[in-house]
Amino acid sequence: MTDGVWAGKLNPTVRRLKPSGIRRFFDLAAETKGIISLGVGEPDFVTPWHVREACMFALEQGYTTYTANSGMPALRREIARYTAGCLGLNYRPENEVLVTVGVSEALDLALRAVVAPGDEVLVPEPCYVSYQPCTELAGGVPVPVPSAVERGFRIRALDLERALTPRTKALLLCFPNNPTGAVMPRPELEAVAELCAARDLVVIADEIYAQLTYDGEHVCFAGLPGMRDRTILLQGFSKAFAMTGWRVGYALGNSDFIGAMAKIHQYTMLCAPVMSQMAALEALRHGQDEMRRMVREFSYRRRLVVKAFNDMGLPCFNPGGAFYAFPDIRCTGLSSEEFTERLIREEQVAVVPGNAFGDCGEGFIRCSYAASVENLTEAFKRMHRFVSRYRISSSAGRPVPLDPLRRVPPGALADGETAAR
Amino acid sequence: MDKTIEILELLAGNCRLEAAQIAAMVDLPAAEVRRIIADLEANHTILSYRTMVNWDRVGKERVVALIEARVTPQRDVGFEAIAKRVGRHQEVKNLYLMSGAYDLAVFVEGRTMKDVANFVATKLAPLDGVTGTTTHFVLQTFKEEGVLLGDGEDDRRLVVSP
Repeated sequence: MTDGVWAGKLNPTVRRLKPSGIRRFFDLAAETKGIISLGVGEPDFVTPWHVREACMFALEQGYTTYTANSGMPALRREIARYTAGCLGLNYRPENEVLVTVGVSEALDLALRAVVAPGDEVLVPEPCYVSYQPCTELAGGVPVPVPSAVERGFRIRALDLERALTPRTKALLLCFPNNPTGAVMPRPELEAVAELCAARDLVVIADEIYAQLTYDGEHVCFAGLPGMRDRTILLQGFSKAFAMTGWRVGYALGNSDFIGAMAKIHQYTMLCAPVMSQMAALEALRHGQDEMRRMVREFSYRRRLVVKAFNDMGLPCFNPGGAFYAFPDIRCTGLSSEEFTERLIREEQVAVVPGNAFGDCGEGFIRCSYAASVENLTEAFKRMHRFVSRYRISSSAGRPVPLDPLRRVPPGALADGETAAR
Repeated sequence: MDKTIEILELLAGNCRLEAAQIAAMVDLPAAEVRRIIADLEANHTILSYRTMVNWDRVGKERVVALIEARVTPQRDVGFEAIAKRVGRHQEVKNLYLMSGAYDLAVFVEGRTMKDVANFVATKLAPLDGVTGTTTHFVLQTFKEEGVLLGDGEDDRRLVVSP
């Protein structure tokens, strides 16, 4: 056994990184029988068949090689055409478009290209779990800027301004947001844009959920006046085209930023898998109708989920995008992690604790509605039962602490009910 | 999108959805959804609520045939009158007016091939206006009403992911 012996040899930055707060719940949920998972950050749709077939056809034709570092020229042209059509933004395929291995790689590249040791990066929270670690791995200092449910988890220019220091280099934005589903209206984004221009900040805009915007049009940050060249726009195929496992994303920006990112990419990743790029090309060319069908389905479920949470007494603000609801669980007296753990153990429903996405997510849970209506309905029945047991009334105090040997607090279940299924 | 279309799309995808669920999904009061559905039933926009069944799974004997029928249209009513006469037979499950080499596509279901053959010989072919038929028996059904028959695709996602 050599566990821990070599830890001293590790890069101190890596050693200090906290493991994702989600890991523990993944293990717990994975070993629980009869679990209904609302903790999944990917669509429940399988990649449309025509996209899968395009990949198979590509393999039959012998597309098994490296591609150009920046991605196949045909895919870059199609990305540029799609972006011009959807967002009205023009990028040159030859040096302003970079195809990456998912948005995760694009984010890492953007941070490594822009951030120098000690540079501060503003990270509005709650946010995707990799933003802070990737900033630190790039040598930067993440500066969390909390948002609040009272403002619909939108970020205000005022909040960002208060977090600025002379070392602030960049701002990392993600709207529609994972985990809250929040979107930013144009006037508020314009205020942020003005601040970025005034303080000469680089903006890394993770807009992977852009197509999953339900009430009105998505506002692209790079499309705001003066923001195109200041912004590295990150997009991908995982969410809107149900292509998570294919690992294809892309970055758009000025040729200096994209050139720098391409340099790192060519020395590390070399290129995105060719068969995935062929599939992505098919998705962009012929996948719009299917994508719109999936978006419509998510929108239906979104309303169902928000109503279900409000009906069970967990206030839930209306998410304008993505496929997550972020209800407030504070009325149960449980912490986010207690709530999540007990919910898995007692009712076999998996969600993700809000604090996994930043400290200001404490008191909330992330609930994905990338699940069938049948599963959502059954999960809400179980959650309703769970919340009824824990909701703090004026006569009740703090909930009974979780006893690992018991699945439920004593007397919590009605006669004839059983927690172990 | 029009709320009525939304309701119909939801029901067409899953007719077991309850009015309260649909109401939440289309952002209308449940009473309003019930009223719209009742109207749609009354004016025969909603014709029935069906279950898709893979009959092979329960070993039910069943034969389906596509019968191409060539018919002579009648003055004033065209194909309408003959189509209605054909369609009233309970053996006929689907009926379409076609362009091309024949006029009516008649999907007939019976317990055995003999049942279907009898239907064609005694009920369909002798009808006034039917000038000829060609019968194709279905050997295996792979997809019906947009649903692939089989085990479906498993949910292979991780139970929790960021």
